[in-house]
Amino acid sequence: MTMKLFSLRGWRLAAAGACVIALGAGVAAQKQQITGAGATFPYPIYSKWFSEYNKLHPDIEINYQSQGSGAGIRQITNQTVFFGATDGPMTDDQKLAAPGPILHFPTVLGAVVPIFNLPGVSAELKFTGPLLADIFLGKITRWNHADIAAANPGVALPSTAIAVVHRAEGSGTTYIWVDYLSKVSPEWKKRVGVANSVNWPVGLGGQGNEGVAGLVKQTPGALGYVELIYAAQNSISFGAVQNSSGTFVKASVAATTAAGASAAKPCGGGVKIDCMPADFRVSNTNAAGPGAYPIASFTWLLFYESPKNKVHGKTMVDFLKWALTDGQKFAAELGYAPLPPAVVQLEMEALKKIKVQQ
Amino acid sequence: MKRNTTSAGDRSFRYTTGAFALGLVLLVVGIAIVLSTESALSISKFGLSFWRTSVWDPVAGEFGAFPFIWGTLYSSTLALLIAGPIAIGIAIFLSELCPDWLRTPLTFLTELLAAIPSIVYGLWGIFVLVPLVRSLQLSLPEWMSNMPLFTGPPYGVSLLAASLVLSIMIIPYTSSVAREVLRAIPASQREAAYALGSTRWEATKVALFAARTGIFGAVMLGFGRALGETMAVTMVMGNRAEVSWSLFAPQYTMAAVIANEFKEAVEDLHLHALVEIGLVLFVITLVVNTGSRLLIWRMTRERRQMPRVTATVPPAESAA
Repeated sequence: MTMKLFSLRGWRLAAAGACVIALGAGVAAQKQQITGAGATFPYPIYSKWFSEYNKLHPDIEINYQSQGSGAGIRQITNQTVFFGATDGPMTDDQKLAAPGPILHFPTVLGAVVPIFNLPGVSAELKFTGPLLADIFLGKITRWNHADIAAANPGVALPSTAIAVVHRAEGSGTTYIWVDYLSKVSPEWKKRVGVANSVNWPVGLGGQGNEGVAGLVKQTPGALGYVELIYAAQNSISFGAVQNSSGTFVKASVAATTAAGASAAKPCGGGVKIDCMPADFRVSNTNAAGPGAYPIASFTWLLFYESPKNKVHGKTMVDFLKWALTDGQKFAAELGYAPLPPAVVQLEMEALKKIKVQQ
Repeated sequence: MKRNTTSAGDRSFRYTTGAFALGLVLLVVGIAIVLSTESALSISKFGLSFWRTSVWDPVAGEFGAFPFIWGTLYSSTLALLIAGPIAIGIAIFLSELCPDWLRTPLTFLTELLAAIPSIVYGLWGIFVLVPLVRSLQLSLPEWMSNMPLFTGPPYGVSLLAASLVLSIMIIPYTSSVAREVLRAIPASQREAAYALGSTRWEATKVALFAARTGIFGAVMLGFGRALGETMAVTMVMGNRAEVSWSLFAPQYTMAAVIANEFKEAVEDLHLHALVEIGLVLFVITLVVNTGSRLLIWRMTRERRQMPRVTATVPPAESAA
């Protein structure tokens, strides 16, 4: 650190820094700049957190580049950034490719909702998981299909053709959507699978939430998916989805947190579903519980268990402790669901694993 | 002494500019090398079948670029067919027929089209062109909508929408280069034609014939631009990796898939496959440009070989 100060701030500051270090007060007086990169989905809440945290600790500046989950994983693997962020947990292969163990920390939850454009139908439609999967597989092609009618008794459905709209670019939103579809449909799991971008059996590709929403709005008979935040901010109406307890739930911040609560108990003792694994790499879609919205998932920050720069490591651990507690209150206003308290508790425990300067 | 310094100056000037020119060549070679090494995984796994196969499945790790190559060439060629005649028409009007007071504002306006960012064209395409294409498709008579060229559900976002946006985007490039070429044909050519009793149309034909290599170059410039256009195309094309002859089918281009998937590509093979698409696009652009160069070269040579036989053919070099 002193070396850096020499080059950046000139001798006066360096001398001052040396004095401080000599006095043993060390870290606090130095300005820290920490860089991270990754998912675009949680960018609004992360940038809010980093700026709020900077107000509390003016000497700490955290920069975040929202380049996408793929870029986040690549950059932390190559150690070009201090921390990463992703909407889909890293696979075992990806973790092995990194030079050291990487830890996942869920930060907030987000939900994805089905939106549609069906002229003549003003009712808010209901969908079941298998129904959505069959539509996205191209097996159900008309709106008046018996399965859609069965889920929506009393709604007069036209015979309009269904135009499926999905994200054109790789996206964490897509990850959550297809992760859900593969849980409710074995055929989807087998034929298509789960990733940030997949080989879509049918449909049009729109760019970003706005591209998908635009295509849906313009195309009669269209069905697509967008983030809950996006639908809420643009007052786009969306359908309810049946969860694994059999209830039709309309997405909301509360229903999303409720979905997260099903992953609150730690796994173990034979429990493998609806629980939190020790490394937090949980797929939380299709959660059980009467109020739980099924197409919801965590988003994660990624850290090395033994970071190269221990000072930055300490700073980020402190930051995360703040984000998981005080920081959670900023989530709802930005459309994210705060973490269930039980998950926060598990994470607080896990944060001790990061080897930092004490 | 003085002469020596001048020649030293000359030499260093020549070396400096030469280094710039060489640097550009090295840069192109460098790009080719980087594209090849960064796509090594995909090249060794798929080999030449990458160009032929149609499955693009990031989950299964299977990659074939054919739908993207198809979409790129189809949309660009169609754009060229639409834009070429219009652009040349504009060029002829501006250089041969336009009254002086109109020429400057009109030239300015066509060139202004080139200054509009492509995302703006994309937005315009989404809001204006896509609904137009959809209603056009819906208004087609039954016998037409069953033809392979017009089948498919009426999405609006389609190959046709992309080609129309592309054609509008390349018109200013082609027309302004073609106009410059036509203006570079000496007035004496036209005067000679008039002196032989030509009509205006015949005199224009003489100028066009003289400028044909340059005009061809202008058209190819537009084609090259259409091949690489990304943003506007991806916004109106539907981004569906499926080979189809239908003008109304959603399709995908090489540049668009790179832009869309690069950011979120996590697996190495996926990333390498995307870079290989870049390599394919690079190769296709090279082939198109080399091909058009060769064609121009042949046309010029033919002209030089028979200057005396055809008196109307001027030996003037085109500006392009």
